[in-house]
Amino acid sequence: MQLRALQLLVLAVLITIWYAMTAPGLIPPFYFEQDNRAAFFFGEPQKVFGVVVDWFATGEIFPHLGVTLLETALGFFIGASFGLGVGLWLALSPTASAIMDPYIKGFNSMPRVVLAPIFAVWFGLGIWSKVALGVTLVFFVVFFNVYQGVREVSPNLIANARMLGASQRQLLRSIYLPSAMSWVFASLHNAVGLAFVGAVVGEYLGSSMGVGYLILQAEGTFDINTVFAGILVLTAFALVLDGLVGTVERRLMTWQPKAGQTEKV
Amino acid sequence: MNTNGVPALRLANVTCRFADRDGRGEGYTAVADTTLTIEAGEFVSVVGPTGCGKSTLLNVAAGLLDPSAGSVEVFGQRLHAADGVNRRAGYMFQADALMPWRTGFDNVVAGLEFRGMSRSEARVQGEEWLRRVGLAGFGDRYPHQMSGGMRKRLALAQTLILSPDILLMDEPFSALDVQTRQLMENELLDLWAQDRKSVLFITHDLEEAIALSDRVVVLSAGPATRPIGDFKVDLPRPRDVQEIRMTPAFLALHREIWGAMKEEVLKAYQRQKVG
Repeated sequence: MQLRALQLLVLAVLITIWYAMTAPGLIPPFYFEQDNRAAFFFGEPQKVFGVVVDWFATGEIFPHLGVTLLETALGFFIGASFGLGVGLWLALSPTASAIMDPYIKGFNSMPRVVLAPIFAVWFGLGIWSKVALGVTLVFFVVFFNVYQGVREVSPNLIANARMLGASQRQLLRSIYLPSAMSWVFASLHNAVGLAFVGAVVGEYLGSSMGVGYLILQAEGTFDINTVFAGILVLTAFALVLDGLVGTVERRLMTWQPKAGQTEKV
Repeated sequence: MNTNGVPALRLANVTCRFADRDGRGEGYTAVADTTLTIEAGEFVSVVGPTGCGKSTLLNVAAGLLDPSAGSVEVFGQRLHAADGVNRRAGYMFQADALMPWRTGFDNVVAGLEFRGMSRSEARVQGEEWLRRVGLAGFGDRYPHQMSGGMRKRLALAQTLILSPDILLMDEPFSALDVQTRQLMENELLDLWAQDRKSVLFITHDLEEAIALSDRVVVLSAGPATRPIGDFKVDLPRPRDVQEIRMTPAFLALHREIWGAMKEEVLKAYQRQKVG
């Protein structure tokens, strides 16, 4: 509880500094020549919150937020499913993995954001070009973790399950999948963030809806407060999604020992 | 049980050679020209110095590994690792092989589940086996919430619930403290006495081997391990592993077998010091 209070204190201090430095006329300007320049470049916290409140009060934000979240969710689920499937396949088939290896490495080292314009041409300016970008970002994170996870399954566990009569399918279901799951969840936290990146970057490059579009519009009119408001809303929802992944993880991974856990008698 | 003279398990002239990591050189011969027979219902221990290829022998018997030369017969039938594992054998591993994401109960019934038994049928047997290994009421705990001894009992139940005709055990109790270990040895003997499976028990502990077995086979130091002695243990059953260690017959056997083993243990020790 005390920790929470201190965390809130840090936030309060930051906002106070932000306010003090940008409010015109509050303290004499020491870097900019004019009083209102700081506010022009950095926005003002009370106005930023005003924009956020306004967005939600009028409901103006909802269609945009809905589109961005839909793009993120689709990019996340499609990318994660592909990553899981291909990761399992390549980890369990040494031949396929040896053949694909250079291509996987190539695609992974490519800065995949450069694909965004191509996707815009292929899929248009609607949500699918953003989803495609999100998928390419999410896929590799999940893929590498699953691949690693499956290959690090203890050979003992596999031998034991085989001696107990497990078929290949049962091995996959009872040994490989659960064993890879802890790696998958570790990667999903990153993946959510990347799906968001895919959606917003896609919107920057060309769109007619979405929070990224709102931010771009505001930037065009030098409305820095709205830009910050957009960033704030995106951050808040990224945290919410991350929290959701964490909740699902805790539900499914009850078997994992927690650090320093003692037995409750 | 099949007891009309056909051995439960027969390794004939088994040799296992492993290639070097880079594929060159002569490789490493773990086991050389080993012949080992286990009759139905017989408890055989194999002792040998550390690193002598005992586990390799067990993996061959389990059908997890094909020997480079020689053959394995299970109740008279040839075993090929390519066609799958030895279906009549249960294997208890040296290291923990429980599924950490399954509760104790789900670990015990895993084999039944793999064989397609219904959940309700498996439940009855699972509870029964948890009770038999003294873990009744611990079925909903995960392996990480159990002590080493409890995990070993769980592994024992997981293997025995399938009622294998042959039990392969790879130093199953070596990670336990002495007291727990002797308790587990007695429990194993009790469970074994109920239906007399054939057991191939691998250990580096000669006392454990004599206390449990009908027969003790001594292996030479590696590489190219082979049996160098075969001793019958005609101590009366039922036995108590703590008490039997004090009897003169046990001590005489121990002296005799140790005489055969000592040189090999020293060889293995020298080799480890040099290497």
